[in-house]
Amino acid sequence: MVVGESGLGKSTLINSLFLTDLYPERVIPGAAEKIERTVQIEASTVEIEERGVKLRLTVVDTPGYGDAINSQDCFSTIISYIDDQFERYLHDESGLNRRHIVDNRVHCCFYFISPLGHGLKPLDVQFMKAIHNKVNVVPVIAKADTLTLRERERLKRRILDEIDEHGIKIYHLPDAESDEDEDFKEQTRILKASIPFAVVGSNQQIEAKGKKVRGRLYPWGVVEVENPEHNDFLKLRTMLITHMQDLQEVTQDLHYENFRSDRLKRGGRLSSHGYLRRMQEMIAKMQAQMQKQDEGDAPHV
Amino acid sequence: ICCLFVKVQLRPAPPVFPSYSSMSEAVVPDALVSPAVSGLYGEKAGGPTAVDFSYVGIDAILEQMRRKAMKQGFELNIMVVGQSGLGKSTLMNTLFKSKVSRKSVLATAQEKIPKTIEIKSISHDIEEKGVRMKLTVIDTPGFGDQINNENCWQPIMKFINDQYEAYLQEEININRKKRIPDSRVHCCIYFIPPTGHCLRPLDVEFMRRLSKVVNIVPVIAKADTLTLEERDFFKKKIREELRANGIDVYPQKEFDEDAEDRMINEKIREMIPFAVVGSDQEYQVNGRRLLGRKTKWGTIEVENIAHCEFAYLRDLLIRTHMQNIKDITSSIHYEMYRVRRLNENNTVVAHANGIPEHHLAAHEM
Repeated sequence: MVVGESGLGKSTLINSLFLTDLYPERVIPGAAEKIERTVQIEASTVEIEERGVKLRLTVVDTPGYGDAINSQDCFSTIISYIDDQFERYLHDESGLNRRHIVDNRVHCCFYFISPLGHGLKPLDVQFMKAIHNKVNVVPVIAKADTLTLRERERLKRRILDEIDEHGIKIYHLPDAESDEDEDFKEQTRILKASIPFAVVGSNQQIEAKGKKVRGRLYPWGVVEVENPEHNDFLKLRTMLITHMQDLQEVTQDLHYENFRSDRLKRGGRLSSHGYLRRMQEMIAKMQAQMQKQDEGDAPHV
Repeated sequence: ICCLFVKVQLRPAPPVFPSYSSMSEAVVPDALVSPAVSGLYGEKAGGPTAVDFSYVGIDAILEQMRRKAMKQGFELNIMVVGQSGLGKSTLMNTLFKSKVSRKSVLATAQEKIPKTIEIKSISHDIEEKGVRMKLTVIDTPGFGDQINNENCWQPIMKFINDQYEAYLQEEININRKKRIPDSRVHCCIYFIPPTGHCLRPLDVEFMRRLSKVVNIVPVIAKADTLTLEERDFFKKKIREELRANGIDVYPQKEFDEDAEDRMINEKIREMIPFAVVGSDQEYQVNGRRLLGRKTKWGTIEVENIAHCEFAYLRDLLIRTHMQNIKDITSSIHYEMYRVRRLNENNTVVAHANGIPEHHLAAHEM
């Protein structure tokens, strides 16, 4: 799941991370439309295959977050979505046929922090505290090329201090096992020391120093996405890849179990009406959308 | 409201060449006297230049005005509005090449976001080449930083109206001061975050309301986060949205006085909002010392128009349109306020003065 204000480069970063275009027909709404909207949940699923390994990746986007003049309670839809996935899994797990359970639970939430401020904003704190017991929170400093190296270090320290101060529980990389090789241990140490990652995303190829790199071209130079001296993109990608398993495990063993025990303690039937109703509404919306698309694709007579 | 006064000397006074203001009236070199004056005393006007019989000497008024202005000095009140972290203080320091922002004067250990919006004024006496200016920078910390930002423009609107009120009160006094102290906000620089997409609802709301009572100069803050392509797209989008919402920012179309004005101002209107970068740190680039930001991938030069549009903003605010900004504030925005106030219970008189209804309603919050 990606959460953050408009314009922080979330879509670009996701596309950069997975080298795909998850949002081919994207239309960015203007200010007038933003006034009307509440936070939406948009899930896009893509199947990625690499060296015979298949990954079913779902990216849950949350457009509208933080856009409104009054952002009080702007994230209740997000919380509901996370809970709904847990609910559905719980329902499936408790059913008779458990062979093909699809895991739609949110394994990781990238929270995008603006590089412009002096640290966390009040909304950042409120949101992270509302979800840190439900999902692995990975804070990311967006558009890191706005900052000089010194500003970046200062901002990272400030954010870590504020996370501590407010008791926010972000995802912690597990220490390397003692039987891992030195390189891996060192890599883990470096990763842990760089959190929160300050990233730059881009899918444009730029010519720099005679070779083609993914980057952003400015009049004063080129920011290279995959250059560790320029930003932490590679670190973020490494973390995601080497800890995909751990993210799923923590979701299963910690967040899901917390949800499950709370839910069962509260009692009530496992197939909650609320969840079913929401699913039915979503299906109806998708069907309407598909129908509109079909009508659009039909050849003009 | 908190006000601070600090005296600042921009640089040591340059070597003084004999100039009008420093010399006594009697010893005026021949070359500087207008032909009309010398003619009064029966002397030959100049040497080889022939006397122009049709020349009256009205243009000597310019020199007299200049001398008076030098003696009196100028006042300029600029308000900066925008979320925390958009570089407002740094930009002010860069514009006036000295530490004029509130943060520089009151070094605060940690910049905490205030719970409500505060209005903080700080004044400096700046001098350059004998010209003195009292610059007041009005900061608005807390704007747009809360979770609920509804009506966050109200304290700002109130402050602007309060300054008009103070001026009005002094003006209608029976025994009023010779020079009414001018605390009216001449210009409000609005900082737009460089998202690259479009304006946010908060930006539209604020500019829509305040453009009717004060000159608004929108700028794209921290523009070094946008590539040139992204910048052009963003600016176009912003101009579209301003137009769509009927927001008239400075220089306003309806206040263009003549064709010449219109031509100059149209060029400016096609370029706003200026994409700016501020810095008060100097770096060595190609043997020259420049203001800039040094990163691993290059150094951004603040005054280089190939990098950002800071120079255009500075020229607009200081070198070309400063007087115009003040004129519009006093002869249009202030007058609208004044008419409304004086006719508070009598809208009939207002209509008789040719003031349309929507102008009267502009000052309402």
